[in-house]
Amino acid sequence: MKMIEAIIKPFKLDEVKDALLEMGVQGMTVTEVKGFGRQKGHKETYRGQEYTIEFVPKVKIEVAVTDAQMPRVIETITRAAKTGSIGDGKIFVRELVAAVRIRTGETGETAL
Amino acid sequence: MNRSVRIMTTMLSVLACAILVGATGLYAQDAGVPASAVTAPLVQEAAPAAAPVPPKIDTGDTTWLLVSTAMVLAMTAPGLALFYAGMVRSKNSLSTIMQSFIILCLISLQWVLWGYSLAFGPDKGHLIGGLEWFGLNGVGLEPNVDYAATVPHQAFMIFQMMFAVITPALMTGAFAERMKFGSFLVFTLLWATFIYDPLAHWIWAVGGWVRNLGALDFAGGTVVHISSGAAALACAIVLKRRLGYGKEHMAPHNLPMTVLGASLLWFGWFGFNAGSAVASGALATSAFVVTNTAAATAALAWMVVEWLYRGKPTVLGAASGAVAGLVAITPASGFVGPMASIAIGLGAGVLCYGAVLWKSRLGYDDALDVVGIHGVGGIWGALATGLFASKAINAAGADGLFYGNPAQLGIQAMAVLVSVTFAFVGTFVILKLVDGLMGLRVSEEEERMGLDLSQHDERSYS
Repeated sequence: MKMIEAIIKPFKLDEVKDALLEMGVQGMTVTEVKGFGRQKGHKETYRGQEYTIEFVPKVKIEVAVTDAQMPRVIETITRAAKTGSIGDGKIFVRELVAAVRIRTGETGETAL
Repeated sequence: MNRSVRIMTTMLSVLACAILVGATGLYAQDAGVPASAVTAPLVQEAAPAAAPVPPKIDTGDTTWLLVSTAMVLAMTAPGLALFYAGMVRSKNSLSTIMQSFIILCLISLQWVLWGYSLAFGPDKGHLIGGLEWFGLNGVGLEPNVDYAATVPHQAFMIFQMMFAVITPALMTGAFAERMKFGSFLVFTLLWATFIYDPLAHWIWAVGGWVRNLGALDFAGGTVVHISSGAAALACAIVLKRRLGYGKEHMAPHNLPMTVLGASLLWFGWFGFNAGSAVASGALATSAFVVTNTAAATAALAWMVVEWLYRGKPTVLGAASGAVAGLVAITPASGFVGPMASIAIGLGAGVLCYGAVLWKSRLGYDDALDVVGIHGVGGIWGALATGLFASKAINAAGADGLFYGNPAQLGIQAMAVLVSVTFAFVGTFVILKLVDGLMGLRVSEEEERMGLDLSQHDERSYS
């Protein structure tokens, strides 16, 4: 099993969610986050006073998937979240060592 | 901490004693009414020809003045309260609103007790009013012909009260986000008594020495805006910068709130300027028109200059420009025509934007730009009055430089110099005094936590 973390542009959330649902992903966790990569924030000016906003608002999606699903999930997120301009975000993948469905006690891939 | 509480308690006791003394005076005044009512008909019968014609109250004038008073009140709360609260960080927004709101309450009382008497009471040596009108003793419902011959004296008094209220409230922008609430109250009371009241006397009262020089200030450009601007500079210098100034993110937390506040200021300013005609008619209308024209021009001017210089027209810039235009037209509003008001608005938008940009180079932390907008805008307005004033608009005024009277510009410059010097030095002294007695700034921990929680145990957004 793998845990896929995707940091994407907030306005792309709906598109990514719809694309993932369509390819068979059952659920996901979404968090509003802030951060920066190579985009390095943006500038705001108030009465001539300039502020560099280093941490840009992003959305983080976490999806737990089977090893078999992983390549297609990554491909789907990449396609749906892409605008082609700087700041589109990143995808990170981790090993997932265990999963439990609390209601039934099921474990492993059947719990996803 | 105990010390500041003791000082606060002492101040409150002084206020309470003052109320008692005032009440005694009023009682004596009430007791006098039946006596004069009895004697009056006798006097009239004895010498009908010698009786002076009593000044007659005009209901139209009185209506306009009372409505104007309520409009000027709305400039402080909610106008200024929202304008400033939107520009601070969210952790200080409620305390910023509180400062304007409580000044409204504090100065309302101060003005009734001794403020009005010091400012407009019987002249003492061209410098200050006497305490004869303490507790509004003798300030009744008959017109006072010296100031407003067609409205009850109390109507003029309460209209003037709203000017005394907004002036210290304007200043709160300079020390925003870092002043102790108790010290702020003591400072405000001292400032109103020792800076505002004398200055208002000099410039507006019968016998005031700057008024005697012939300086023109229709609605308070000098008394309200230049004085608060110069005092704001002293505040920014004495209180020093906010923690993290220039390094941390201090952007406005709610600009829609600021624009709402600016729009309410604009609305209330019709009472401020057109109300200063103290009559409902031609002069009030003329002041109304130039007020609106200058505000609109200045907002556009600030927006365009910022657009050209920085690349983006900002909302805060447009709102600030409108306020700068309103400040600048204030002293001129009863003396200039529409075309002059366009020139005054244009100058205000450009000059005040420049002043605000310049501030960051000078290094002092006038948090909400009271110096740049009220100080610089006020000085420009006072000088522009010396340029554009015309007797064709107001026969009781004077001609300015462009109407063949260059001397007026010199008189205006003199009034500016006097107000700036007096307000700056006086404020500096009062601040040092209050600092020595009870300290001006909150502790570092309280400042980091924000004044809403540290001073009031509340927050704006929970």
